[in-house]
Amino acid sequence: MAVTHAARAAPASFLEEVIAATPGGDPRLDRCIQCGTCGGSCPSAADMEHTPRQLFALIFAGMRDEVLRSNTPWYCVSCYFCTVRCPQDVHITDIMYTLKRLAIREGLYRESSATEAPAFAETYIDYVENYGRSFELGLATRHHLRHHPLGAIKKVAFGMELWRKGRIDLTPKRIKNMAQLSAILHKAKELEAANGRGGGA
Amino acid sequence: MKYGYYPGCSLERNAIAYHESAMAVAPLLGIEFKELEDWNCCGATEYISLYALPAYALMGRNLALAAQQQLNRMVAPCSACFINLAKTDKYMADDPRLARLVNEALAAGGLHYKPGSVRVRHLFQVIVEDVGFEAVAARVVKPLYNLRVAPYYGCLIVRPTLQQLFDDPEYPTSLDRLLRVLGAKVVDFPVKTHCCGGHMTQISEETALELIRRLLKNAADYQADMIVTLCPMCQLNLDGYQEEVNKRFGTHYRLPVLYFTQLMGLAFGLPPNVLGFGKEFIDPTPALAKIGAEPPAPEKREHPSKEALPMPAMPRQDGGKP
Repeated sequence: MAVTHAARAAPASFLEEVIAATPGGDPRLDRCIQCGTCGGSCPSAADMEHTPRQLFALIFAGMRDEVLRSNTPWYCVSCYFCTVRCPQDVHITDIMYTLKRLAIREGLYRESSATEAPAFAETYIDYVENYGRSFELGLATRHHLRHHPLGAIKKVAFGMELWRKGRIDLTPKRIKNMAQLSAILHKAKELEAANGRGGGA
Repeated sequence: MKYGYYPGCSLERNAIAYHESAMAVAPLLGIEFKELEDWNCCGATEYISLYALPAYALMGRNLALAAQQQLNRMVAPCSACFINLAKTDKYMADDPRLARLVNEALAAGGLHYKPGSVRVRHLFQVIVEDVGFEAVAARVVKPLYNLRVAPYYGCLIVRPTLQQLFDDPEYPTSLDRLLRVLGAKVVDFPVKTHCCGGHMTQISEETALELIRRLLKNAADYQADMIVTLCPMCQLNLDGYQEEVNKRFGTHYRLPVLYFTQLMGLAFGLPPNVLGFGKEFIDPTPALAKIGAEPPAPEKREHPSKEALPMPAMPRQDGGKP
């Protein structure tokens, strides 16, 4: 395995942990050459505390808490611009997902400036796990009542407009074989806990 | 041509216009859809932010069901569903350990998935690759003359490069070509693959509104009458949040955002009521009224002055010499 200078100089454990927690083949994070193409391509880099390049440098340096407290993964919009441009083919978007999961598991995201994003993901997942489908009205209502009770009025007006145009359902739909999906997800969570996060390669 | 169809949660309701127009144009292109029985949500970008293996198992159930129902050629009209399903198939093939664990989870529901047995493509990709521009052109009875359109690909359809590339990941041109085949005037749109903000409208509205503003400004700068999209998230963000952008930035954009299938339907002479019109936040009627019966006069080229530096000329869209 080719190891960059930055990776070689650092305590490798956190880097290895991140790589191991990223399934889908080798995410190639250790090949990063710190060129900064990722940050230069990122549409939301301006709102990030660290550009992806800086975040990877922190990972190589083993600065675990700083990385998991960073708001950077939560501002990733999953557009894969960095990933297609990366000259080293690092799976950057997948690394961001991994860092979100690690930050949630350790509770460190609460100390970042992006505390809302995990809650939004949790609410979304709740509908998927109970119905097998996403439910936009419930998702938006629950999320905004919890996080912006005052701003929720504006969202209600937006929701009403969607409803008037026939673009929103008032009740969630449930798939037929919910029992099957629940059994699969339950087993997958068990395996994830037993095999280390993500069951990476 | 028969395909399995994975509508995804958005096309059930919010992007019903996309679903209806896709269903209306499909038979004219020789496409037959069979909806995947009892499909579940792909998890969008949310599930994988909390759990990895369960997220791949969630998508794995759809792939396993498709294989079981012998729908080996799947079509997803939503870019996010497409990327999630195609990525799961690819990652299970690239990572045997992931494939083993996903299948252990699927076995709890009596399912199994062998990577590579189902090929998932985006609806637009299928039209480009399997139907082809000539077959589309043959169906055009009401060309969209004089309509200036900005072709918006969004981020996911050409990225990441999970399977054989059907277009450039930075500056694709296949949607440009399709819209030209429909008779429309395609404007230059340099930000055509930039992000619409995705779920940031819910999490950090300032971030999302700035990304939406850049797209609207670019389309307006090139005097587009409308933006044409192929993703439900892009449509909702650019259409539904346009007034919010105007309030925030003091702008006055009124750019309708339509699905490419809706414009295909119009050019094929289908009535608007079967193409899901009337659900937009920004009314497309004034823009659609610009469609003329006659083709526009060929654009005149200005001769550069003798003092100007020699510049390469772009090939002309009408096939004439530059």
